[in-house]
Amino acid sequence: MSGAALPLRAGLPRLRPGLWLACAVLALVFAWAVAPSLFTARSPVEGIPGAQLLPPSWAHPLGTDGLGRDQLARVVYGARESLAGAFVAVAVGLLLGTGLGVLAGARGGWVDAAVMRLVDTLLAIPALLLSLSIIILLGFGSIKAAVAVGIVAVAQFARLSRAEVLRVRASDYVEAAFGSGGRFAAVLWRHVLPNSLTSVLALAALQFGSAILALSTLGFLGYGAPPPTPEWGLLIAEGRDFLARAWWLTASPGLVVVLVVLSAERIGRGIGGPSP
Amino acid sequence: MMARHLAQRVGQALLVLAATFTLAFLLLQALPGDAVLIKFLELGLTPDQLAEIRLAYGADAPLWRQYLHTAGGFLTGNFGTSIRAGVPVAQLLAENLPATLLLAALAFAAASLLALLLAGLATLGGQSWLRGLVRSVPSLFVAVPVFWLGIMLIQLFSFQLGWISIISPEPWEELALPVATIAVPISAPLAQVLIRNIDAVLAEPFVAVARAKGASHAWVLRWHVARNALLPTLTMAGVLFGELLGGAVVTEAVFGLNGLGGLTQQAVANQDVAVLQAIVVVSAAAFVLINLAVDLLYPVLDPRLARGRRAA
Amino acid sequence: MTAPLLEVEDLAIRYDDRRVVQDVAFRIAPGEVLALVGESGSGKTTTAMAVLGLLPPNGRIERGAVRLAGTDIAGWPERRLAALRGARMSLVPQDPVTSLNPVRTVGAQVAEVLRIHGERDERRIRARVIELLERVGLEPAALRASQYPHELSGGMRQRVLIAIAVALRPALIVADEPTSALDVTVQRRILDLLDELRRQDGTAVLLVTHDLGVAADRADRIVVLRDGRIQEAGPVRQVLGAPRSAYARQLLRDAPSLSTHRHRPASAGGDIAVRVHGLVQDFPGRDGVPFRAVDGVGFELRQGTTHALVGESGSGKTTTARCVAGFLRPTAGEVTVCGTDVAALRGEALRQFRRQVQLVYQNPYASLDPRQTVARSVEEPLLNFEPVPAAERRHRVEAMAERVGLPRDLLARQPRALSGGQRQRVAIARALILQPRVLVLDEAVSALDVTVQAQILALLEELQQSLGLSYLFVSHDLAVVRQIADTVTVMRAGRVEEAGPVEPVFHAPRSDYARELIDAIPGRTAPQILESVP
Repeated sequence: MSGAALPLRAGLPRLRPGLWLACAVLALVFAWAVAPSLFTARSPVEGIPGAQLLPPSWAHPLGTDGLGRDQLARVVYGARESLAGAFVAVAVGLLLGTGLGVLAGARGGWVDAAVMRLVDTLLAIPALLLSLSIIILLGFGSIKAAVAVGIVAVAQFARLSRAEVLRVRASDYVEAAFGSGGRFAAVLWRHVLPNSLTSVLALAALQFGSAILALSTLGFLGYGAPPPTPEWGLLIAEGRDFLARAWWLTASPGLVVVLVVLSAERIGRGIGGPSP
Repeated sequence: MMARHLAQRVGQALLVLAATFTLAFLLLQALPGDAVLIKFLELGLTPDQLAEIRLAYGADAPLWRQYLHTAGGFLTGNFGTSIRAGVPVAQLLAENLPATLLLAALAFAAASLLALLLAGLATLGGQSWLRGLVRSVPSLFVAVPVFWLGIMLIQLFSFQLGWISIISPEPWEELALPVATIAVPISAPLAQVLIRNIDAVLAEPFVAVARAKGASHAWVLRWHVARNALLPTLTMAGVLFGELLGGAVVTEAVFGLNGLGGLTQQAVANQDVAVLQAIVVVSAAAFVLINLAVDLLYPVLDPRLARGRRAA
Repeated sequence: MTAPLLEVEDLAIRYDDRRVVQDVAFRIAPGEVLALVGESGSGKTTTAMAVLGLLPPNGRIERGAVRLAGTDIAGWPERRLAALRGARMSLVPQDPVTSLNPVRTVGAQVAEVLRIHGERDERRIRARVIELLERVGLEPAALRASQYPHELSGGMRQRVLIAIAVALRPALIVADEPTSALDVTVQRRILDLLDELRRQDGTAVLLVTHDLGVAADRADRIVVLRDGRIQEAGPVRQVLGAPRSAYARQLLRDAPSLSTHRHRPASAGGDIAVRVHGLVQDFPGRDGVPFRAVDGVGFELRQGTTHALVGESGSGKTTTARCVAGFLRPTAGEVTVCGTDVAALRGEALRQFRRQVQLVYQNPYASLDPRQTVARSVEEPLLNFEPVPAAERRHRVEAMAERVGLPRDLLARQPRALSGGQRQRVAIARALILQPRVLVLDEAVSALDVTVQAQILALLEELQQSLGLSYLFVSHDLAVVRQIADTVTVMRAGRVEEAGPVEPVFHAPRSDYARELIDAIPGRTAPQILESVP
């Protein structure tokens, strides 16, 4: 009843260095993707003869790979492939999933039942197997892999956005909006969508990280972009052959993936959506 | 009352299963030109030979007949024939499933232990800085690509430390790193949910009442927190199973192990749709069964649901 | 005074960097009841929890002593305090619904306190649990012991918690708002039970409450807290009869249960604004058997007056109000508002009808869109009907804000930046901007502290006078209803128990239930106390 019951921590504005760091990491990687030549002068595909498998040095901060290509250049240029793929995947999942979820939550009845059974079905197949099935349908390639990863995410977006729409619809303020004479479309637009989409946005950030993970997995297994495209998963797969001699070839792209996914997750939590 | 609920729930599960089968059929068998064609064109067969093979595989029949034929096969345990290996898919599954199940089971056990350890340290550990540090570990675990983790573990334990031989490994050596590789990412969501649940239960008024009775911290954990915090993790079983399977597929690829993962990879590489379809449907069936079991088991473990229904 | 059982001295408590309690000191003699009274944020619960050594993790006692029978336990380590808790001092918590572990039986939870303090003999434990449950009036005790908390009502659960608190005959019971979550008749029975048990055992009670009426009825002495400091302390007669502090005087004036004055004389009113006749409302129940929430309710609300629907939880009062506001379609019966048959309205006609009737909710925080500013919330209803130019809209919003006493600089804020009272003013402004004729107030002041509640009630009164509004006032709080309503319908389990003008219903209720309800209003001993003050 009195002060003891209040969570005091919530009231204090907290300094959140982690969030800023996460934003900085993503900003840097985005810059890699947009203008890679600003960050490295070397080519990601042309090898330097006689400079194979060099350890990290000033000239090659991350060393060179088995064909004498600069590893830093390959990681930097790889950002484009990975981020573009993740964007496509999140866009597919967000648009299809949220569309379906909002439709189901707002219309209810048989529409809701049908959409939710579809979601159940998508969720019943393990994510990796579902994306592999879609890849068999679409064929190999980076955009196709991205679409496959996006379709896997449809179920989660649909489920969350439907739940959010239902939560907001059941709220007093939506009833009050109808009670003050609001029409269905106006209430949906003014109250239901703005209040339900915050956590969908947070999920999008989380899914961005998951998509990068899933895409690198598909790339590693060889279903994504074909060599010599620098893609992070593919880089790890290639570096694996030289594991005993040049461990940095696998370590560096992997660490970049970890950092990017961690940052996306941190930002997703910062937006204030559901905890993963 | 109970019987009706049971029937309803089982009916729902069957519906999802049928829908999953249909989806897999549509994705793999119905939509893409056809796999037989792709595969055998590469082998340079004549159109006559192709037609013969298509007839043998039933790929010429109208879609609905293929659908019924495949469905009938699945219901009787006949998952079709692998195009590549030329043997029944059921046989391939039987050969590969045990190894993957063993790997997944060990990984699940390891992940559970790791999650309990993390949750314990994060909620009950001594220093607050330690608790804060441990709380950020699951996020890190989630962010690590499974295949990369596997490679890094090999690098560390086999090449750098030389603890685990890769030339002629003992059985335990062969499994230790794959199990760890799968367990780490699986433990993360479990640990996160456990931490959240324990935090929530500790903030419940009934915990304050227990303390007001004079209960010690250990007593509160044993009698009030444990069950209330563990029970909801049951609902994650289905999702975790899917992740275990996905993790196993990738991990088997990294460590060159035989199992469902290797089978899946070959199936995708060779467009061997019958094999992939069987793997998809079987794993979806396992997912549905696990969720069904959890749903039916939950009321037995949670008196609120059990008695509530009886009273109603 | 005999040696005090509990002596709190110069107590100061901090949460993180915020000091929430300071300079608090009081004594409780053996067998005495001391009430800690205050509004939300006054530090009353914090003080009580500090006595038990049960502050939340971010709270700590900064200064001062808590002496139990002469020994200062304020700095004791957890292990020593645990030995005292349950045995020498115990707790009756606020919310019985969440205060019992949902997955353990009631018997196990009563037995737990015995086990913690060393009882090992299973047969003795079993016998003692049955004896305790019988003592708090839970029969058949053997059955109750085997049940889970969710199978018991709120009042029964509070009895279980009392059984736990008295199990080891402690010298002190801390009762933290023990009945604020319960219906008024249940509240009375629970407080009677607590009174009886503590008399039998000679236990002292530290009673934390926001309700001055409860304190007046049950305590020997009262300590009034505000913002963590003591405002007033003394015997009940002195605090109620001759309060020295301004704050205590205000509390006394604003507490509906203690004040006998009405805001204005009852008014006969004009034409019929709302007429409800033979109203029946079913909801789909489990297993296809409909649940009848309202069963043949009828009343009339005259223009310019206030009609109250009073009842405990499950009485159907809110359902009835929602039928009037056009949010539910009645199963049977008629609801006429300003001459319109509400039940027949569909689509656009229903939308147009909204201008006649507006609903004000219990919790304004939930009924205001958290993302909208105050100005936007108040303005929104205007956007739903014929277009009003933006400048005109802004003018009307500002005028309405002023009308309900909202400072203009709050208009740009979001609801979370407002206090509870301010939020309810926003909700009222929003309801009035369409110039409706009827306002349905669903527990609209129930969640507010008494001083804020008094301000909102005065505002409603003033608006009614000047705008000629008709109020349908839904409340569980009979004391508030007695103050502001002209006519009243007392409901129970979906039916009308008693109806009529307020004065006769409150002074000479005809039905047993209405009498029980009115007798249960806390503070009924207050008039005698006040009269006896010279």
